[in-house]
Amino acid sequence: MMDKVILAGFGGQGVMFLGKVLAYAGMGSDLELCWIPSYGPEMRGGTANCSVILSDEEINSPVIDLADAAIVLNKPAYDKFSTRVRPGGVLVVNSSLAKLDKVREDITVIEIPATEMANELGNNSIANMVCLGALMPSLRLVDMSRIEKAMTKLAGKKPELMQVNIAAINKGIEYTK
Amino acid sequence: MEKVLLKGNEIIGEAAIRSGCKVFFGYPITPSTEVIEYLSKHFPKVGGTVVQAEDEIGAINMCYGAACTGTRVMTASSSPGVSLKQEGISYSAAVGLPMVIVNVNRCGPGLGGLGPAQSDYFQSTRGGGHGDYRTIVLAPSKAQELYDYTMLAFDLADKYRNPVILHTDGFLGQTMEPVVVKERPEAQIEDRDWVVDGARGRKKRVLASYSLTNEVGEANNLKWEAKYKDIQEKEQMWEEFHTEDAEYLLVSYGTTGRICKSTVLNARKKGIKLGLIRPITLWPFPEKAFIPYKDKIKGIVTVELNTGQMIEDVKLSVECKMPVHLYRRQGGMLPTEHEILAYFENTFKATAEEV
Repeated sequence: MMDKVILAGFGGQGVMFLGKVLAYAGMGSDLELCWIPSYGPEMRGGTANCSVILSDEEINSPVIDLADAAIVLNKPAYDKFSTRVRPGGVLVVNSSLAKLDKVREDITVIEIPATEMANELGNNSIANMVCLGALMPSLRLVDMSRIEKAMTKLAGKKPELMQVNIAAINKGIEYTK
Repeated sequence: MEKVLLKGNEIIGEAAIRSGCKVFFGYPITPSTEVIEYLSKHFPKVGGTVVQAEDEIGAINMCYGAACTGTRVMTASSSPGVSLKQEGISYSAAVGLPMVIVNVNRCGPGLGGLGPAQSDYFQSTRGGGHGDYRTIVLAPSKAQELYDYTMLAFDLADKYRNPVILHTDGFLGQTMEPVVVKERPEAQIEDRDWVVDGARGRKKRVLASYSLTNEVGEANNLKWEAKYKDIQEKEQMWEEFHTEDAEYLLVSYGTTGRICKSTVLNARKKGIKLGLIRPITLWPFPEKAFIPYKDKIKGIVTVELNTGQMIEDVKLSVECKMPVHLYRRQGGMLPTEHEILAYFENTFKATAEEV
């Protein structure tokens, strides 16, 4: 079983961090995984993206042709990556920053006003975590307890960061119920 | 055993530390910079030294100096930077100095781009600099191999008193994968009676490659030639994947080598008998891998990130007994497993065996 996930947004929206949360959650579950950032000049401004593959078997090709799921945090990321989700896959869209006219009908599109919800939590930089929450029910290989453990590791000496991130993820999960 | 999640380039640094490397000289260049960055942070804590040289030429000559004293030493760079190091590598090969040179390939020529490429295959496997010499070249295809083969690189460098190149790319360098940081088995104690570390109480030693006497020059060349033949005989490494009953073969290394594994599995699902030979040593090229197959395989596709460089070694290895084709992407692009399979099917009109 394999979850191939693409994550995209502006530089500064926490795209790489979002990927790391998934990667460390995979580490904690002893899964095979790849965390693949876009790198080079692309990182400075413009669209940032990274992809994560989680798998319970060996990962041969690390190149994601079509993803099982994607999170796009703004409109340019939606335009670039909405076609990269496989039919039957899931696309989480931050609808605060991406107003969509019509969406693909062969995939599940979850539109969530993540930036507004993050603001309600008092921290506009955690829209990424709200979106992760919205995706959580669709991920097959990681669960909330693994995410929490990963977050503990990543938050390091700033446990208060962990609380607010977990709250954001839970809000995202609630929204999709 | 400890398992860590690090970027490929960082893994190289960690492996160097655990290999008993003591000094690192380098000049940063994307996409290899994390090697020097990681070592700058972690090497001093365990007594290692990192020097950011004034440029790549300075760095390789510092490696030359350190290696003369018998100290384990490494440098890392990317294609244009490795070009600058070639004079120093040639001198090191001539004197027989063990060192590890990491080349996180850029896509060339010229300044090139940062995407994954294998455009330095010729440079790495044909010596690279002036004069008739060879470097051992190792090609990892995932993070665990970056770790394992960095360690192996130090051992081979010592064993043969020869520079060893770790041939990797920016994709492997930037990707994070879990790595088991195995402790290194005790390294074989190599002959050190060539080391220049102060001659008090013993006969003076000289490490120099200058010779104006033709007879001496030829004797040196014959000595090096014998060493290269010995390495070719003993150190060829490769991985075979679904080759036992294969009718066709893919040949690919590094990042594309692992992509090809997915291609092979997809082909097998369709009933096509495709296998993969993945060279691990690019020099010595694993010619031996092809011996059991060269009279029974119908055709080969090499998959490379260049205009077709390794394909020459493959054709030589199979003595051109069958068609050998090239599928390549360039300029920093990676193929998907499906593109490779489509090319293979189009080229050989290969289909599943009729039942």
